[in-house]
Amino acid sequence: MNVPDDLRYTESHEWIKREGDNVRVGITDHAQSELTDVVYVELPKMDRQANAKEAIAVVESVKAASDIYAPVKGTVVEVNKALEADPGLINREPYGQGWIFVLKLDNADDLKQLKDAEAYEKQIG
Amino acid sequence: MVPFAGWLMPVQYTSIVEEHQAVRNNVGVFDISHMGQLIVEGPGACEWLNTMLTNNVGKLDVGTGQYTFLLNDRGGIIDDLIVYRIGQMEFLLVVNAARADEDFAWLQDHLPNVEAAVSAAREVHFVNRSADFGGVAIQGPRIAEFFHTLFGNDANLPPRNSIADFPFDGTTVSVARTGYTGEDGIEVFFRSSDAAKFWNAALERGKPFGIKPCGLGARDTLRLEMCYPLNGSDLSPERNPIEAGLGFFVDLTKPNFIGRDVLFETKENGPREKLVPFRMKEKGPPPRPHYAVFENGERVGEVTSGTLSPSLNWGVGMAYVSTARAKIGAQIDIEIRGQKFPATIERKPLYKKP
Repeated sequence: MNVPDDLRYTESHEWIKREGDNVRVGITDHAQSELTDVVYVELPKMDRQANAKEAIAVVESVKAASDIYAPVKGTVVEVNKALEADPGLINREPYGQGWIFVLKLDNADDLKQLKDAEAYEKQIG
Repeated sequence: MVPFAGWLMPVQYTSIVEEHQAVRNNVGVFDISHMGQLIVEGPGACEWLNTMLTNNVGKLDVGTGQYTFLLNDRGGIIDDLIVYRIGQMEFLLVVNAARADEDFAWLQDHLPNVEAAVSAAREVHFVNRSADFGGVAIQGPRIAEFFHTLFGNDANLPPRNSIADFPFDGTTVSVARTGYTGEDGIEVFFRSSDAAKFWNAALERGKPFGIKPCGLGARDTLRLEMCYPLNGSDLSPERNPIEAGLGFFVDLTKPNFIGRDVLFETKENGPREKLVPFRMKEKGPPPRPHYAVFENGERVGEVTSGTLSPSLNWGVGMAYVSTARAKIGAQIDIEIRGQKFPATIERKPLYKKP
């Protein structure tokens, strides 16, 4: 399973990439392979404020709907509209074109709470 | 892997969609060892089963089977099952894993033998053989060719709804021409100790046919496209076969069976709600069980099964809807996370082979 070193991770299988005051968020390779066949993505609303661990998006595979959580407190400043037409991007490029949303960080220190690649790899065993 | 009725079973081996397409286009194999097998035999077996099941067991010739229901006193569905007549006085009931123990207990409680004195002519012997048998379902349009690969060119593929025994690698297996996918197919039952051997042989010899092992996920999408009900979702002890639109498998001309009075009344007066298939009108989130169904803003029912149909690439499902609204072509809305999405009530099945 691909777990890039330069990203942070949550227990609930989101990956987080720091981009200045923002973070880009998607689901991990492990998560997409467990879900398989993503068929629909409900994106968060722009400008929505979210607390850490608040469900703000939904990824639906053939078998089930799964909540996607804000990894840290912040405001939604970008959503990946491409997923509306092609939700399979999440399966094909979980760390690339399959990103889901961008949050403007409330407090950059919150990132310290997140797992590094080593800890996440340990979690998924 | 997910726990399923005390069994640990894979939702998918590779991908639900790939497995689904293998069954629609080539052939797929499902482990159905979890299903229960009950054997009823004796001079009174046929007569007694006819008082316990909705369909007419008397119509079965030896070597044939029928879909039927086991009901409670309120006409509610304890289980849906297939009963095969495997001898003049011997029947095999293939039942759902989650209900096997309950079915057995219910039938046991209603054996004629529990009455003090039973005449020899009414005697029935009843055993639960679930632990002794494993099974696989092999389904898909290439099943006839594959059957001969497994059992030899001289073996005759049993006709639809029939069952026969065949030698296989030094053991004997039972092959029934049936399934839960809408494709031509067979279900094969064997001794539990032969399960791994048969499974591996099917996968190995099925390679030229593009065979894939298929999990519970594909089993669900395939059956839902055909509008075959799933017990525990579409069927329950609170629902009867008439409400579920399955009156075809109920013989009300039989004078007496458990639940008959309720079904008779439901048929006479019409059910309050009916199980109907529907298809979403827009590309959007797939419907799921327990979502509310609306018509013109009024709540008229609830979804019992739903998914994205891999064959149609549309959200599809089944819902119990109040009978007055349950018309083919009716426009309904499915509420998904607080938002309403339009759908149309359809005819069965949702998927037809092109």
